[in-house]
Amino acid sequence: MSDAVLPEPRRRTALARLARRPLAVLGLVIIAVTVAAALAAPWIAPFGRDEQLFEGLTLEGAPMPPGGAFLLGTDLLGRDLLTRILYGARTSLVIGVVANGMALLIGTLVGVTAGYFRGWAGSVLMRFTDLMMAFPALLLAICLAAIFTPSLWIVALVIALVNWVQVARVLYTETTSLAERDFIAAERAIGAGNGRILWLHILPHLVPTIIVWGTLGISTTVLLEATLSFLGIGVQPPEPSWGNIIFENQTYFQAAPWLVFFPGMAILLLALAFNLVGDALRDVLDPTQRGRG
Amino acid sequence: MAGYLLRRLVQSVLILLGVTLVTFFLLYVLPADPVRQIAGRSATAETVESIRRQLGLDQPFWVQYGRYLWNLLHLDLGRSYLQRSNVSELIWARLPPTLLLMAGAIVCELILGLTMGIVAALRRGTATDNGLMIASFVGVSAPQFVVGLLMLYLFGVRLHWLPISGYGTFAHLVLPSLTLGILGAGWYSRMMRSSMVEVMRQDFIRTARAKGLARRRVILRHALPNAILPIIAMIGIDIGIFMGGIVVVESVFGWPGIGQLAWQAIQRVDIPIIMGVTLVSAVAIVLGNLLADLVTPLIDPRIRLR
Repeated sequence: MSDAVLPEPRRRTALARLARRPLAVLGLVIIAVTVAAALAAPWIAPFGRDEQLFEGLTLEGAPMPPGGAFLLGTDLLGRDLLTRILYGARTSLVIGVVANGMALLIGTLVGVTAGYFRGWAGSVLMRFTDLMMAFPALLLAICLAAIFTPSLWIVALVIALVNWVQVARVLYTETTSLAERDFIAAERAIGAGNGRILWLHILPHLVPTIIVWGTLGISTTVLLEATLSFLGIGVQPPEPSWGNIIFENQTYFQAAPWLVFFPGMAILLLALAFNLVGDALRDVLDPTQRGRG
Repeated sequence: MAGYLLRRLVQSVLILLGVTLVTFFLLYVLPADPVRQIAGRSATAETVESIRRQLGLDQPFWVQYGRYLWNLLHLDLGRSYLQRSNVSELIWARLPPTLLLMAGAIVCELILGLTMGIVAALRRGTATDNGLMIASFVGVSAPQFVVGLLMLYLFGVRLHWLPISGYGTFAHLVLPSLTLGILGAGWYSRMMRSSMVEVMRQDFIRTARAKGLARRRVILRHALPNAILPIIAMIGIDIGIFMGGIVVVESVFGWPGIGQLAWQAIQRVDIPIIMGVTLVSAVAIVLGNLLADLVTPLIDPRIRLR
């Protein structure tokens, strides 16, 4: 029972089982395409990121519908929508990874500390977590983002501050049950310190859970960033984000619905992809953890 | 049971107290100055200082917070900085539209989610099942403002079936409720499916079948009631999720509820309103969770409260 790391064969079967799920594969493909598009944006984008094209507006000054030189049409300022969406993928992914990474880190620290050490410190940490659960997450994020001067990193920080709570709760429950197991008592009996037990024996058992929540969390993060940017308090133009493209063009969307449709589909697809992969990972890594995430 | 209820109520009050402390502290330390908003850009330093004194914002944090709690104890949420009315009156006036919207969303998510889940469970492993489960994932992954804007475009602008914004008639309620309810529909369909699959495996279903009941009767009379009950208990938890969603949905559809009130207050740093709305939301979330926990053992006697 004291295997510190998952043995190699089991890990491989987990990946192999993931590859047999068509929905998970679909999710992985969408993620791979988005990452590639974000990395290659300067080379594959047909126009410059903030380039306001003269031929990008009709004679009356309206945006161009999809087709011709502008595959997905243009926005109110005559910028190519495809180009902006390609660059916007960078924003979504950077925030998805950074904000979610921070949330995972905070959540793991809080959950594992509270679950392993218990005592009054553990109680205080978990009561604080309960308190955070009573906050409407989106309302809190909107409030924080609106009051700070918005920037990419502030948005990431705000999302992290709101999103660590779930992770902390789940890891807390797992750590408390792990800490009571016999092999931990045995380690302690042969003189292992807390640091060694936590690092070599508790954390490795939490890795599957962290991977699952990390993946599902990116989906939540992408949606939250898009929502904040849509309200005008997330990533600020001219830096493109899928949410702020919709924010900038919202007034005109009845005449130019593609300005909502394409960026909206991009948000939906990326969030969907991480949800599909995260859900499949949950089944593959830990079949007992199914249900409402 | 009485002991449990008392302990939970005390816990809830403590949590709400914590929520007010954290919100008050955040608004105190954050770099937004409400006085500047009230006085306007051209105000002199003296005017700014005199407004600050009048509102008591020159006092130390604990004095300000203490005064807020004292007023709260008298059910006084304070006065709005920019609108000349009491926060409780403002919230009270905006409450009915928001409650109506939430009720509409609950109806939408239950109808959509439960139907999808039941059908998927009964056709387990078929293309219908897969299609419905993909649809549920899409529901969970769709940003509410995109869903709202696209439905508004399709049903309002193109088809002219429903009004594009406003409040007052049943037709106005349809699109905002659907938008708010789609996320929940995604969750409910997945939970309903697994609950139904679980129930269909139970011995009493096999017994019902074995004694020759029609499939329809087995499903409607024996399986459904048992599968639906644990899901109903989750409605309490939805309220918390709605409290965030209403800010977006109400702003897309121009719905005159608490979400819009909060959004306007946040933009103008009208701290008493922000505090009030956060507190009302937290009360809703805490009560919703409490309700969910209290209902569960009534539905399923195997679960006892400790």
